[in-house]
Amino acid sequence: MSTSSLFVTLAVLIAVAYVLGRGRSMALADHSQRGFRNLNSLPFYYGMLTALWCGIPSLLLVALWLMLDGNAIDQLLIAQLPGEVAALSHAELGLVLNNIKNLALGNMVGANPEPYMVEAASTLTALQRSSQMAMTVAAISVAMVLSIIAWLRINPQQKARLQVETAFKVILLACASLAILTTIGIVFSVIFESLQFFKTVPVSDFLFGLQWSPQMAIRADQVGSSGAFGVIPLFVGTLLISLIAMIVAVPAGLMSAIYLSEYASSRVRSMVKPALEVLAGIPTVVYGFFAALTVAPFVRDSGVWAFEFLGLPMQISSESALAAGLVMGIMIIPFVSSLSDDVITAVPQSMRDGSLGLGATKSETIKQVVIPAALPGIVGGILLAVSRAIGETMIVVMAAGLAANLTANPLDTVTTVTVQIVTLLVGDQEFDSPKTLSAFALGLVLFVVTLALNYVALHVVRKYREQYE
Amino acid sequence: MNKPSSHDTGANVENTMSTIDKVNRNLAKRYRKEKTFRAMGIASIAFGLLCLVVLFTDIIGKGHSAFLQTYIKLHVDLSTEMLYIDDPSDPHQIAAADYQGALKEALKERFPEVTDRRQKRNLYGIVSNGAGFQLRQMVEENPALLNTQLDVWVAADDDYDTYYKSRGEGEAYTGRFNEEQISWIEALIADGAVKKRFNTTFFTAGDSREPEQAGIRGAMMGSLFTLLVTLALSFPIGVAAAVYLEEYAPKNRFTDFIEVNINNLAAVPSIIFGLLGLAIFINFMEMPRSVPLVGGFVLTLMTLPTIIISSRAAIQAVPPSIREAAMGIGASKMQVILHHVLPLALPGMLTGTIIGMAQALGETAPLLMIGMVAFIVDIPGGITDPATALPVQIFLWADSPERAFVERTSAAIMVLLGFLILMNTLAVWLRKRLERRW
Repeated sequence: MSTSSLFVTLAVLIAVAYVLGRGRSMALADHSQRGFRNLNSLPFYYGMLTALWCGIPSLLLVALWLMLDGNAIDQLLIAQLPGEVAALSHAELGLVLNNIKNLALGNMVGANPEPYMVEAASTLTALQRSSQMAMTVAAISVAMVLSIIAWLRINPQQKARLQVETAFKVILLACASLAILTTIGIVFSVIFESLQFFKTVPVSDFLFGLQWSPQMAIRADQVGSSGAFGVIPLFVGTLLISLIAMIVAVPAGLMSAIYLSEYASSRVRSMVKPALEVLAGIPTVVYGFFAALTVAPFVRDSGVWAFEFLGLPMQISSESALAAGLVMGIMIIPFVSSLSDDVITAVPQSMRDGSLGLGATKSETIKQVVIPAALPGIVGGILLAVSRAIGETMIVVMAAGLAANLTANPLDTVTTVTVQIVTLLVGDQEFDSPKTLSAFALGLVLFVVTLALNYVALHVVRKYREQYE
Repeated sequence: MNKPSSHDTGANVENTMSTIDKVNRNLAKRYRKEKTFRAMGIASIAFGLLCLVVLFTDIIGKGHSAFLQTYIKLHVDLSTEMLYIDDPSDPHQIAAADYQGALKEALKERFPEVTDRRQKRNLYGIVSNGAGFQLRQMVEENPALLNTQLDVWVAADDDYDTYYKSRGEGEAYTGRFNEEQISWIEALIADGAVKKRFNTTFFTAGDSREPEQAGIRGAMMGSLFTLLVTLALSFPIGVAAAVYLEEYAPKNRFTDFIEVNINNLAAVPSIIFGLLGLAIFINFMEMPRSVPLVGGFVLTLMTLPTIIISSRAAIQAVPPSIREAAMGIGASKMQVILHHVLPLALPGMLTGTIIGMAQALGETAPLLMIGMVAFIVDIPGGITDPATALPVQIFLWADSPERAFVERTSAAIMVLLGFLILMNTLAVWLRKRLERRW
């Protein structure tokens, strides 16, 4: 039975278990003189209890099975392979396994596959079929046996409601804990691969190296056989683009927030605010397209024109940091503006009234009273925006370059951490080459930096909020 | 405030000025500053709105032409000899017949002056590679067309398509054309044998290397399946987590830890979720690459914080008096939640979920990591078929060198933005419609 039809079968079984459990509780209740009232719980809970016993263990079993059977089948298959094949290195063995799997699926594998492969492919098909069969049988029998036991145990004294409510609470807790599991998953996936990477490239070379060229040669005698994994040029590129973005986004976002919260009538506010927030809802890939095809050529052409006018022998690269940064800034404007809007509105009106009462103009009140009072919150918001800019991927992948130049010139091509992660990991990869693993080390750096920024930002914002509440 | 000094009599005017005079002297300057400040605010908003308008006009200006496709009228001879069909009743032969040859013959007849081999090859390139399939479909649907001669409108190749579309507006885009190629298409135009029609291929086909045969159907189905998986997982899990945190969670370290994690995950860059998907789902659990199922898993983890945070807000908005009333008449905690809190909080939760789904629909970076960037021609039929997603398709097309892909990329962006606007409008409408003030 295929996995999807197994799920359907289990769903049907769960429904049947519910109906049967509910029916049994009602039948038991009817025999006594006081009807339903002598049941400890409503019939619904008896039905749910039976259904839970039917569903949860069997679904857990199926999930575990699906997670583990791939590896188990691989191990069994390797044990079957001829000795000299099984003794191959890990990577080559993976290649052989892949070929066998393709063969089993009926895909073409070279001209004539070796006989041991054909044999292994048929073994693989047989193994997969029996694994699927065993899973079906196990899941259905677990579901049926447990629900029959639960069904038999139903009696009017059983505290079904309490048990169901406990199960309900545990399920909710499990769902809430998924956030922790996700964090652990992220940390493990980047740290595990990064540690492997740091076995070949020392941490100090990675963090303080000034050269980034992750091309590893296949043979040792090739030119440039050792890649350079110095992350400084990527940091500088990332910071440069983020800085440009912030120079665009912070004044524009902050001033719009001030205008909208202090000056604008509520009608203007209700129209302009959603319009600005549309900018935040546009997918980043669209900004990337806009940056690469419209802004970058515009920046380059106007640069050519300006430098010709000034008579300077300079030019703007067509993948300049400036273009990517500008567009990223536009994307971040609503982010800065809505965060600052929140903190500016949270400043108590009495402070404004006090300042106005002393004869300050509105702009003086804003500059000397409101902004200083809201400053921690605004700084927190800007830090969140910086973390957003550092982690932003699609704009820079499409509009920034790949060359890791160590430069602070915004007219030059730079590359960022996220661009390198994408270029290293898109397409086929081997999990034992430093080139692939370096992407995870970059991911680790990115995760740590954004986490730190978020932590500081949230801390600042929270501390500030407590002051006025 | 300066105190008027007593020993400096008469000589200094400042000293005799009253406070109000001093204020008045600066007033003009201060009002000017006030005006500048206000103008700066208006300028910032105008800048933001201008960017929005420029972005939209740019995309629509580039993309609107992709909804039309240039067709060329050819007089095609569908005789059985021409198509190498011996037995017209055999569907296999009809399927395998040489329709491209018939088209070539038609072009040769239309331009008899072309004899050079290289020129001929250029000439045949005037119609799309897919035009043969179009003829085959016509014949398969209506076998009576065999052994007739008829005028057929076939899709033009992308270069000619771009040329024809850019012809009206000043300098036409000639690209790699030579003089002859321009003369052919101009001759066809003079005959009235070229026209633009609605581009149905764009909405019905999968990806293709040929711009005129490329469509977004495959990417749209991929996005749909990915979103279905995301919705099926993230809505129940998100709501359950929110209920736990709002209704059950004791105030202790573990609960704090969960909350810190959720808040942090909401701000983790999306590409990190892609790395998680690659390392855990694909490398460790050996799930297949490029499938909507894994894409849905990754996007679920990414959108969960959004959904949990908005669901919590919705649950908080339900007044405690409702819970207390239900408990007062003997409802258990679970009954309070399932019968009262959740139905009342549902509109808010749905709004948050739709916004989360819109975010997932526009997300590209994590899908790149799990291999949903493959070139996939077939339209996926389920959550385990290799697929790509709409934003990824945009990314792939934006990288293609053919000029005709620029307009198709913009058109795909228009479709994507259309869906996003639709979802956000739905969320706003839902909030307005079902919102309840207590």
